[in-house]
Amino acid sequence: MGVQGKPCQYNGKGDAAYLMPPTYRYLRHTGEVAVRASGADLAEAMAGAAQALFGVMVDLRGVRVRRWMEVTVRSTDLEALLVEWLNELLFRWETGGVLLRRFVVEEVSPTRLRARCGGEPYSEGRHHLKLDVKAATYHRTRVLQSEHGCTAYVILDV
Amino acid sequence: MSVKRGMALERIDDYRWRLPQSWRPGMRAPGLVFADAALLEQEGGEEALEQVANVACLPGIVGASMAMPDFHWGYGFPVGGVAATTVEDGVVSPGGVGFDINCGVRLLRTSLTMEEVQPRLEELVNTLFAHVPVGVGASSHLRLTPADMEAVLVRGARWAVEHGYGTEEDLETTEDQGCIAGADPGSVGPRPRQRGASQLGTLGAGNHFLEVQVVDQVYDQEAAKSMGITEGQVTVLIHCGSRGFGHQVCEDSLKRMGPAAERYHIRLPDRQLASVPVRSPEGQAYLGAMRCAANFAWANRQVIAHHVREAFQRVFDQDWRQLGLEQVYDVSHNIAKLETHVVDGQPREVCVHRKGATRSLPPGHPEVPERYRAVGQPVLIPGDMGRYSFVAVGGPLAMERSFGSTCHGAGRQRSRGAAKRLLRGHDVREELRAEGVLVRSRSAGLLAEEAPAAYKDVAQVVEVAHQAGLSTKVARMRPRGVVKG
Repeated sequence: MGVQGKPCQYNGKGDAAYLMPPTYRYLRHTGEVAVRASGADLAEAMAGAAQALFGVMVDLRGVRVRRWMEVTVRSTDLEALLVEWLNELLFRWETGGVLLRRFVVEEVSPTRLRARCGGEPYSEGRHHLKLDVKAATYHRTRVLQSEHGCTAYVILDV
Repeated sequence: MSVKRGMALERIDDYRWRLPQSWRPGMRAPGLVFADAALLEQEGGEEALEQVANVACLPGIVGASMAMPDFHWGYGFPVGGVAATTVEDGVVSPGGVGFDINCGVRLLRTSLTMEEVQPRLEELVNTLFAHVPVGVGASSHLRLTPADMEAVLVRGARWAVEHGYGTEEDLETTEDQGCIAGADPGSVGPRPRQRGASQLGTLGAGNHFLEVQVVDQVYDQEAAKSMGITEGQVTVLIHCGSRGFGHQVCEDSLKRMGPAAERYHIRLPDRQLASVPVRSPEGQAYLGAMRCAANFAWANRQVIAHHVREAFQRVFDQDWRQLGLEQVYDVSHNIAKLETHVVDGQPREVCVHRKGATRSLPPGHPEVPERYRAVGQPVLIPGDMGRYSFVAVGGPLAMERSFGSTCHGAGRQRSRGAAKRLLRGHDVREELRAEGVLVRSRSAGLLAEEAPAAYKDVAQVVEVAHQAGLSTKVARMRPRGVVKG
């Protein structure tokens, strides 16, 4: 489901990048859920990983964007940043009860990420919850960047 | 056996396989896998073996990096991993405990038979589902003040009993009496408290569950008798851990461990194995925080057990004591403990990491509750929801072979995706109902991922543990009613 052409006030990336939702896939892993998120660049891959996280926990089709929140995380390096980013979102969900489905990463470097995240509060009747994610792990975390795009791998403990 | 595995593993006997220390540079000890040939064939084995080798690189590791019969690919440590490091100069690794600190199992017996329960089973399962908060987003019936939380972290299940949730006898039949010494709330930041605040007494989701069972086979009459277990009896099994509190403690610890490990020049093949010396301030802080989470989990299971008793009272209209709803035992299967073991002929203080492994103390061991001392510490081994679970007791060779450890449960054999694909089109709930198992779960989609086909056969696992002398089979229980997230 794409966003219907509404421009967003952020760091000047083209509409095309915003309209194409980041892609992610779940990979084979016996105990947990392995995620591969790809995008045209690091910002998109990070957004994809976040969407994959919530996609594990809830049927995203039922989640609307009714409010936005800003999230900033810092870490020592890119892989740790990816884990920190996902765990911060998980923490916000568990303590604040807000389900998120849209992630606009406005600023990202190997040690810092700032994003606007859109979603709505959890509503028992409307949202179909699936799995409980305990945490994003460091196991086999990788972020690969090239001129063709960026792919992030992370394993979630469920 | 794959050629690769066949070349890597050396057979010691039918149930023990060695991964030589020379297999990879950096290994400080060999690997030791408790399995039979059939279990070794199963999916995820090669990756799990790699993790066994990674764990063997931990500084201060003694004996071997071990894998219990239910071992499978985890993150960092394999699930079913056991590793002991010297307290003197070895490391402690949060990955050797896992995110769900003190995930464990509690078994309650009843004086009811299946004949008495069957006509009211559906009502019972529904009432349990109503009384025990379960599933993603479910919140506790208790409102913990910050002072309550501090007390829970230090006093564990004892706090719960002091507040009317259960009895002193429950504590006597819990590992560490439901309260591990050395918990340090000062080492726990605000985040675990925020996550755990509304979760005390909740079951969680995933592979956590609560089950009404019937004992359908007794293998060891003497041990069963000392536990009050008889064939045809209805029992209740509770499987869950420290919820968001523990997950956050692990996360916070791993974050600090990474840079700390650098400072101590500890380099390991997997970041998830980040470790620091046991004696270091960071190591002590982790253990202090881990114990808080362990106590939270024991308080959690204590409160859930209370809700279970309330549900039974409601359905059968009798006080739970009259229903004989007493506790058999409660074990942890994700924890690190400082214990004394004989290493190279000398008693040494070691930090035993059990990740998806259960403590297994033999008959006569002083830490086994008096009522069980003649037969050994009860070991509770849940299977999957379609088949069976087992009770065992500490085996005669566990102290010598596995630092007093044994398996913890079935272990996955298929990924969630593969399980879902395999079972597409199947109505798992109906199929289980046809086999006499009633399931109530918050999430329907989850059932395929948690269905029997996703798991190894726990009977095989328990048999290997039995043959290897790690734990001795006592009884088998079949599920009749299951409550899941």
